[in-house]
Amino acid sequence: MYSERFKASLEAVEKNREQNTGFEPQRMSAEQKEEILKKYHPDHREDKFATLKVGKNKDDKVPTELCDMLSAHSRIAGRSIDLDNPDYDVDVLIIGGGGAGASAAIEADNAGASVLVVTKLRMGDANTMMAEGGIQAADKPNDSPAIHFIDAYGGGHFAAKRELLSKLVCDAPDAVKWLSDLGVEFDKAPDGTMITTHGGGTSRKRMHAAKDYSGAEIMRTLRDEVYNRGITVVDFTSAIELILDENGAAAGAVLLNMETKELLVARAKTVILATGGAGRMHYQGFPTSNHYGATADGLVLGYRAGAKLLYADTLQYHPTGAAFPEQIYGALVTEKVRSLGAKLVNAKGEVFVHPLETRDVCAASIIRECGERNNGVDTGNGLGVWLDTPMIEKIGGAGTIEKRIPAMMRMFAKYGIDIRVEPILVYPTLHYQNGGLDITADCMTGVENLFAAGEVVGGIHGRNRLMGNSLLDIIVFGRSAGKNAAEKSRSVKTGKLTLDHVKKFEGELDAAGIETQLVSPKLLPDYNRKGKIL
Amino acid sequence: MEKTVNIFLFGKKYEVPENLTIMTAMEYSGYQLVRGCGCRNGFCGACATIYRIKGDRELHACLACQTKVEDGMYIATLPFFPLVKQVYDIEKIPVNEQVMMQLYPEIYACVGCSACTKACTQGLNVMQYIAYAQRGDFEACANESFDCVMCGVCSSRCPAGISHPQVAMLARRINGKYIAPDCEHLNDRVKEIKDGAFADLLADLMRKPVDELKELYNKREIEK
Ligand SMILES: Cc1cc2nc3c(=O)[nH]c(=O)nc-3n(C[C@H](O)[C@H](O)[C@H](O)COP(=O)(O)OP(=O)(O)OC[C@H]3O[C@@H](n4cnc5c(N)ncnc54)[C@H](O)[C@@H]3O)c2cc1C
Ligand code: FES
Repeated sequence: MYSERFKASLEAVEKNREQNTGFEPQRMSAEQKEEILKKYHPDHREDKFATLKVGKNKDDKVPTELCDMLSAHSRIAGRSIDLDNPDYDVDVLIIGGGGAGASAAIEADNAGASVLVVTKLRMGDANTMMAEGGIQAADKPNDSPAIHFIDAYGGGHFAAKRELLSKLVCDAPDAVKWLSDLGVEFDKAPDGTMITTHGGGTSRKRMHAAKDYSGAEIMRTLRDEVYNRGITVVDFTSAIELILDENGAAAGAVLLNMETKELLVARAKTVILATGGAGRMHYQGFPTSNHYGATADGLVLGYRAGAKLLYADTLQYHPTGAAFPEQIYGALVTEKVRSLGAKLVNAKGEVFVHPLETRDVCAASIIRECGERNNGVDTGNGLGVWLDTPMIEKIGGAGTIEKRIPAMMRMFAKYGIDIRVEPILVYPTLHYQNGGLDITADCMTGVENLFAAGEVVGGIHGRNRLMGNSLLDIIVFGRSAGKNAAEKSRSVKTGKLTLDHVKKFEGELDAAGIETQLVSPKLLPDYNRKGKIL
Repeated sequence: MEKTVNIFLFGKKYEVPENLTIMTAMEYSGYQLVRGCGCRNGFCGACATIYRIKGDRELHACLACQTKVEDGMYIATLPFFPLVKQVYDIEKIPVNEQVMMQLYPEIYACVGCSACTKACTQGLNVMQYIAYAQRGDFEACANESFDCVMCGVCSSRCPAGISHPQVAMLARRINGKYIAPDCEHLNDRVKEIKDGAFADLLADLMRKPVDELKELYNKREIEK
């Protein structure tokens, strides 16, 4: 139930619903898209970016908050750490227990390697657990990996590394099959046909889902499998610095017990960074859809050890974060809501953008609607536009919402909003780190024996990612990183362990005249006493 | 001024704005959370919490990230509950009732008190899905339990010591792997790719100048 404040606008939405439901808004031309992005997308707000003064990406622009972390002190600066008696000694060290890390662990275990997974919170307290919409794979007769490639390449503004994208789309059906064989319950018709929908920017219906708990279903299954295999998982333990050997190859990590603050050392023949995204950095003050531990740690760890970043200046702002009520501000309203037929409607009840434009274009359109055009709805806690969910039941029939997006229905019902009959208010939320560590198709970073997979990687999607391609990339590249790191570990002869690169980096900060009190990686955001998720 | 309410975190009183969730109220009160906080959005089950409103007999369970504070709330978080997870090999597991009997025999000790269902933070009919598991009806158990976030509150209330979320996890994996219908178009496509059916097409795309790819993208046909 909405209060008086929303009445006039709500009436306009209801009045136009019948007509809006049938209305097919025009898609933007390439030029129109470019223009709206330049003017309204947060990635183009130059004053919110800073130039890196140290490291492999010196002179590149990245978000100011990230620049601060990449130019901050090590958490172990000036401390001496005993590297000669490691607490763990394994073939493959995997940092991060999300979907990419778990996939890597299973494949490395398959390949016979001894595996250690360390993760900041619990295994599965991760962005993977929160994915709602689904996973793409071109497995229908009217579709092909080539069409999938074109969709993703264009959606990413023709900036993806083609060899990575090609691997993504070609390995996609096998990734879905792998998950299915592990017991992931994809939505299927009685004859076994996958129930697939569009996502923003797709030209074929290739979004596979498990209701709107797609990521949770994948994550809990992978986690269960990791435990079944007896793989060692150490939770509430963060990597705070990579360890190299005397030859400059990755050879382990310094770990921090998040509860006792004890420091530990893990030695490994190969290391996989699978630390996920950065939503909790709250770039430009945006709210976020991400989990509590998404603080770009992997970028910091890799960067200090000498790895290169690619497209670290581009973030994805999901167009539909919840704008109301305040308690769920920034929480994700899955794109599937639009896939199923709900349209974006302004305060006057007008549809102002095609609901399935790519995310960046949709987000920019909402920002324009609420800004310059002054057609936003004042929620009392900011601005928003309507997402007219009742359209879904008009199109798909009564019961569609409960069956296809139960998590959404539950999230709003807790605050007295029945999305089957009432629309919801949305505004862009910081959602995904498009950029990250630069890798080869074998998941190798520029640092010997250091692999990376998942959201910590940049370049697979270019400068914007399509819905459903991230769950896909964590499986495809997670598995690949696991296999390759295990394979590589067989021939590695680790030299003497060292943290000299950390010292060297501190020296570079000095030389660049950077004075800062900050330490990184950030590990957790600080919400103390602010009482607000910002 | 914002309206405030009094809450009791582990028995200690704090005054907090009324529009906060239990989780943000803890942070407002000065806690820096490490335990009991994962997704912050109702998906991971890290933030299981029990509370009682002053003067009320009933004990409630909830997810701290999804529940608004109320005046007189006595709050204790339950960031960990010792669920029992049995290990098994999904490739070799027999798909019959016996498997539950072997791995989770305690489900047959269910006394039907329904405490699990009452406590479920997701509003699931937990006791019912355990009943399906007892009968070896994995599909029904999987469907009934699908929205489970494995927070463990049900198990904390169970006199029979059942680890409900783990029982459901097993049922869902068996259902997903063995009982759900096999997907032919998926199997076909995997094989086509293995056989190299798309290799030339992709190789061609890899070589094309960007402008040609732009052209292809801008002119692509979109399935209705
Ligand atoms: C709300 C939401 C909805 C989404 N919906 C979709 C969707 O429908 N389809 C889709 O394709 N994608 C979706 N995504 C994106 C996708 O889920 C993520 O990009 C992807 O799951 C990332 O997986 P990952 O394994 O790389 O990272 P994560 O799953 O985030 O795992 C990273 C792990 O590393 C841990 N970690 C971080 N730093 C450290 C450290 N220093 N030391 C140790 N451990 C550390 C973290 O705590 C975490 O457990 C969604 C994302 C969100 C947030
Ligand atoms: S923190 Fe994940 S469910 Fe509350």
